[in-house]
Amino acid sequence: MNRPIVRLYGLILLLFALVIWKTSQWAVFDAGALQDKPQNRRPLIEDQTVKRGTITTADGVVVAASHPEGGGSNPVYVRSYPQGSLFGHPVGYSYINVGQTGIERAENGVLSGEENEFASILDELRGRPQAGSSIQLTIDAHAQQVATQALENAIASTPGASGHGGAVVAIVPQTGAVRVMASVPGYDPNAVKETRTFRRLNRDPLAPLFNRATQATYPPGSTMKVVTAAAALDSGRFTPGSVLSGASPQLIGGAPLSNAGGEQFGNIDMTTALTYSVNTYFAQVGEQLGTGTMVEYMKRFGFYKDPELAYPGDEMAPSGPYNSAGKLVTSGFDVGRVAIGQGGAEGQDLVTPLQMAEVAATVANGGKLMKPQLVQRVTDPDGRVTDTLKPEVQSVAIKPQTAAELKQMMLNVTQAPEATGAGLTVNGQPFPGKTGTAEIDVQAGINQPWFIAFAPADNPQIAVAATIERCTGCFGAQVAGPIAVQVMDALLGG
Amino acid sequence: MSARNRELAALLPVALLVTAGFTAVFIVEHERAHIGDLTLTYGAYFLAVCLAAHVFLRITLPNADPYLFPLCALLAAVGLVVLYRIDDALAVKQASLFLLGLVLFALTILFVRDYTALQRYRYLIATAGILLLLAPRLPGIGSQVNGAYLGVKLGPLTFQPAELSKICIVVFLASYLAEKRELLSTAARRIAGLTIPPLKHFGPLLVVWGAAMLMLVFIRDLGSSLMFFGAFLALVYVATARLSYVLAGLALFLAGSLLLASHIAHVHDRVAIWQHTFDPNPCHLSKAELRAGEDCGLGQIQQSLFAQADGGLFGTGLGQSLLKLTGPFAPDCQQPFPDCGSILPAPHTDFIYAVIVSELGLFGGAAVVLIYALIAARGFKTAVLAPDGFSKLLAAGLTAVFAIQAFVIVGGVVDLIPLTGVTLPFISYGGSSVAANMMLLALLLMVSDRARRAQGVLVR
Repeated sequence: MNRPIVRLYGLILLLFALVIWKTSQWAVFDAGALQDKPQNRRPLIEDQTVKRGTITTADGVVVAASHPEGGGSNPVYVRSYPQGSLFGHPVGYSYINVGQTGIERAENGVLSGEENEFASILDELRGRPQAGSSIQLTIDAHAQQVATQALENAIASTPGASGHGGAVVAIVPQTGAVRVMASVPGYDPNAVKETRTFRRLNRDPLAPLFNRATQATYPPGSTMKVVTAAAALDSGRFTPGSVLSGASPQLIGGAPLSNAGGEQFGNIDMTTALTYSVNTYFAQVGEQLGTGTMVEYMKRFGFYKDPELAYPGDEMAPSGPYNSAGKLVTSGFDVGRVAIGQGGAEGQDLVTPLQMAEVAATVANGGKLMKPQLVQRVTDPDGRVTDTLKPEVQSVAIKPQTAAELKQMMLNVTQAPEATGAGLTVNGQPFPGKTGTAEIDVQAGINQPWFIAFAPADNPQIAVAATIERCTGCFGAQVAGPIAVQVMDALLGG
Repeated sequence: MSARNRELAALLPVALLVTAGFTAVFIVEHERAHIGDLTLTYGAYFLAVCLAAHVFLRITLPNADPYLFPLCALLAAVGLVVLYRIDDALAVKQASLFLLGLVLFALTILFVRDYTALQRYRYLIATAGILLLLAPRLPGIGSQVNGAYLGVKLGPLTFQPAELSKICIVVFLASYLAEKRELLSTAARRIAGLTIPPLKHFGPLLVVWGAAMLMLVFIRDLGSSLMFFGAFLALVYVATARLSYVLAGLALFLAGSLLLASHIAHVHDRVAIWQHTFDPNPCHLSKAELRAGEDCGLGQIQQSLFAQADGGLFGTGLGQSLLKLTGPFAPDCQQPFPDCGSILPAPHTDFIYAVIVSELGLFGGAAVVLIYALIAARGFKTAVLAPDGFSKLLAAGLTAVFAIQAFVIVGGVVDLIPLTGVTLPFISYGGSSVAANMMLLALLLMVSDRARRAQGVLVR
């Protein structure tokens, strides 16, 4: 009987081996997939039992904090947002039932303490509950407040704009630190933990959960001429003094193109053309440069991909010419019209406010585009500073010489008599800027007003882009200009 | 070194493991990093109890296998540490159950004395085994849990008779097959290429075994029926060395299972969940049933796999995995933890292996399975050394039923086979399981003592 006994043992060993193989599948090989299963509440529950780090602004205002709730010595932590809707964008929310967005999502590893290896191992040895690191943002709460208020006022007081939204982004040109990121209408992140409120906000036609600063793509109008002028000067094909005809209309891409209001100009140089935002001049420049050069410079300014900001990818959108199918295109579009921020079915310029703030910041920083960043400092639960903002160059878009010439040309926009932005001042001084008024619906007179700028002129400390959606018969200088000015004044202590 | 000295040497590290395990849990729970008197005391108690059992074996069974008892003590140690991690009170209760179990262990050795005498009472033992299975359905003492009738309530005590019944059935099968095995394999006739066993001799076997299976269906204890069936096939194979009998048995089993699966909803659901573990509604519950929170057991197997996924190679560490739901996640509980309020259902009984993998990782889980494999090795070695047919079959049968029980529950917990509830021997919480497995170990050691004496592996 001994042989069958040995065989039986072999069979038992085989069964045990199968069990170990299956265990290894669940515990190791398929573990990641299991942790991502929607039925698996473990990661969510574990996140909630960790005290998330607080989020404060550059000027020390607490924006997000965690409070223990229930469970005695084993509480769960619930997020609260003391500033309400002011920081709904860009901070977002973190709740077990509705998930995470914004900075809460992008910096989850830091805030929940997962990315702090050193502390985790020590905590484990001590058997102490895990806690997350705190984050100080680059954003200034006061300027954020000013920006939000300015947007809301502009929307309320501009004909046709009410019922729509707008956004402002302000960046420190030399570091990429985002000082203001405001999107209107906002929402109160404290309210979204009620699933019903969340669903209502999601269905709201005003899209308050949508971060317009990073995610909304609008036609840039004449602010695009800054990119076109940069390409023209930097490629060596044009100088600020290059003369072209400013007559209107002119055939561009086979169809007549007019200046705003059909205004006629004679033979003018590029400084004049930028100062008075002459469409026909820059459309000719675009056609002479050609699609290849325009695409190359758009890419140098950060177009054609998500901004290099540590922010959730699906909450950002890339800028550039989109065809009617909603795809970014690098050829086949009407380059003359794209050069002035317009286009057609085969390619229409669409940009985010964040991207246009980056354009202004690049010119202000002598042609170097810095990676935009939202985190100033990370502090671990024991109070040690574990990370601080390190400025990083994203690309060298244009030469310092080009940037200096462009700055001078942009200064004319607020300085020269009768210029499109004449009369706008920061701290009482003119500053480099560019207006934009994109036509959304010519028949109804619906426009998208824009203003991009930086200040002060001699030593730029802040760059900004402001826009609101769909106002009637409005212009960039009158609607968006004052928003940008108020934000810069607030940040420069004016 | 003599057998008993080897046993003694093997018990010391087990006691150390208990101390280390309790200390680890203690540190996590009380946030104090020192080896308190308390954990040392637990280790000392454990060692003292093991030593007492060891001295008893030295006197009564000096030649018995030296590794079986330490390996079982190792399982008990793992079980106590994990139970202590789940709930202190459970570990204390389980420790006293082990003490009672050891008393039963000693009584079995003292009263049975000559286990070969059991052959004379085989029909009595078989009847007792079947009646034990019937008990949970008797009015007044039976109790139903999750659609199965597994327990007998005697005052404050709940007893699961299937655990004890498995020993009775194995004793009967070993005794019957030892006597008739020659007839079963030689008197077989071959008709049209098929080996037909002599029905006259197979008859009583099939009657007893069939009755046991019927009882199991009657009480809806799927895990035990798998276990009984496995042991039956194993013993028939060992006795006759005929693979054809086993294959025929398996074919019958598959046919029977299909029949059961299509006729008993409880069985059907288990199979459906096993096949479609991540399907939202594998057992086709109605909307009303889903709303009422019914899930036909889908949630528990998913939770088992999620718990294991947190383990990785080395586990989260003792006491560090998510188990007890607190604060807003805690459900409304009538019963105390861990019967309620645990993210992983039944973490102390059916799903204890998932807790082990979650906290000790793949290595911890594999180590536990390895201990069972080593126990099986010693058990089958005893069967090989045994001098007579009954001893061989008894040792092989007891070992097989023990190993198969471990496979049935761990295989269910890792979703290798449909989940059926049996305890993980010597690790799961529960008095019936401890008592029955202590008796099983006692019988195995008695066979081993005689076998090694007969082989001349004498005490020096």
